[in-house]
Amino acid sequence: MTGHESAKSPLKMYFAVWAALLMFTFITYKVAFIELGPFNAVVALVIATLKATLVALFFMHVWHAGERLIKVVVGGVVFFLLLLLTLTMADYLTRPWS
Amino acid sequence: MADSSTIMGLHQEEEHHPELLHHFAEAGQQRDAASLGMWVFLATEVMFFGGMFCAYLVYRHWYFGDFGAASKSIDATLGATNTAVLICSSLTVVLAVWAAQTARRALLIGMLVFTMLFGLAFLGIKSKEYYDKFEEHHVPGASFNFDHVPVPGHPGEYANPRHAEIFFSLYFVMTGLHALHMIIGLGIFTGLLVMAWKGRFTPEYHTPVEIGGLYWHFVDIVWIYLFPLLYLIDRHP
Repeated sequence: MTGHESAKSPLKMYFAVWAALLMFTFITYKVAFIELGPFNAVVALVIATLKATLVALFFMHVWHAGERLIKVVVGGVVFFLLLLLTLTMADYLTRPWS
Repeated sequence: MADSSTIMGLHQEEEHHPELLHHFAEAGQQRDAASLGMWVFLATEVMFFGGMFCAYLVYRHWYFGDFGAASKSIDATLGATNTAVLICSSLTVVLAVWAAQTARRALLIGMLVFTMLFGLAFLGIKSKEYYDKFEEHHVPGASFNFDHVPVPGHPGEYANPRHAEIFFSLYFVMTGLHALHMIIGLGIFTGLLVMAWKGRFTPEYHTPVEIGGLYWHFVDIVWIYLFPLLYLIDRHP
C-alpha cells in the first residue's frame, strides 16, 4: 500500500466498475443483433476495448500503480500488439489481386 | 568467510517481516518487483494470444461470409453468460485482494472460493458448448460437416465448409487455450486458498494474492475480446 488505499475504501469503485462491465456486456450482446453494416464490428471492438481498459486500470491497479515501470510495460504491450496487428493488416488489406 | 559472518550478523540484528527477502529494502519494494515481474510475464502472454488474434483477423478478412455463417452456429447466449460469469469472478478477485490488504481473513477465503466457483461455472458452460459442437459435427477433422449452411446477408449462397473449418479450428484453439489458462488459474487459486487458510497473508504481505489476481484478470481480458470476435460477428438477421 503506497498510500492510495489508506484514505478511503475502494469498494465503491470496484462495484461501479463491475456494474459498468456487466452493462457493456449486455449492450454489446444486444447491438450484435441489430443490422449496422460494417459498424457492428466497430461497436463490438470499441466496447471490448472499453471493458479491457476498465479491468486493466481499476481491477489490475494500473491507474494507481506505485511503480511507474508497470505503466511502461503496459504501454509497451499495447504498442507491440498494435504493431503486430496493424502492420499485418496493412499488408493483407491492401492486396487488390487476392 | 568474513562476508558470510557479516551477512549473518546483519540478519540477526535487524528485525524484519519473515516474508521480506534479504535483497529487498522493504516490503513495498518487494511487492512492486513481484507485480512488475508478473506484468512482464503477462506481456509475453499478450503476444502469445496476439498471434492467434492476428491469424483470426487475416482469415476473417479472407473468408468473411464463411466465418459469419460458422460464428452464427455457436450459442451466443452461452457466450454472453460466460462473459458475465468471468466479470463477476474478476469482482470477487479484487475483493479478495482488498480483504488481504485489510486483514479480513474470512472474507478473503470466501472471495477466493467464490472466484473458483465462478471459474468452474465458466468451464461447465464451455464444456456444454463443446458438447454441442461435437454433436453437430462442427469439430475440425474427419467427421466435420458444414454443408448447406447459408451465408448471412447473401440469400441462396452456402458457406464453403473448408473455410468454415478454419473458423472452428481457430475457435477451438483460442477458446481451448483460454480454458487451459482458466484451469491453471484454478490451480493457482487453490494454492492461494491453502495459504489464506493457514493465515499466511497480512496487510504487510499478500503479494501472492495480488499477482494471482493479475493473472486472473488477464484471462478475463482475453475472454472480453474472444466473446465479440467468435460469438457476435454477423448475428443480425
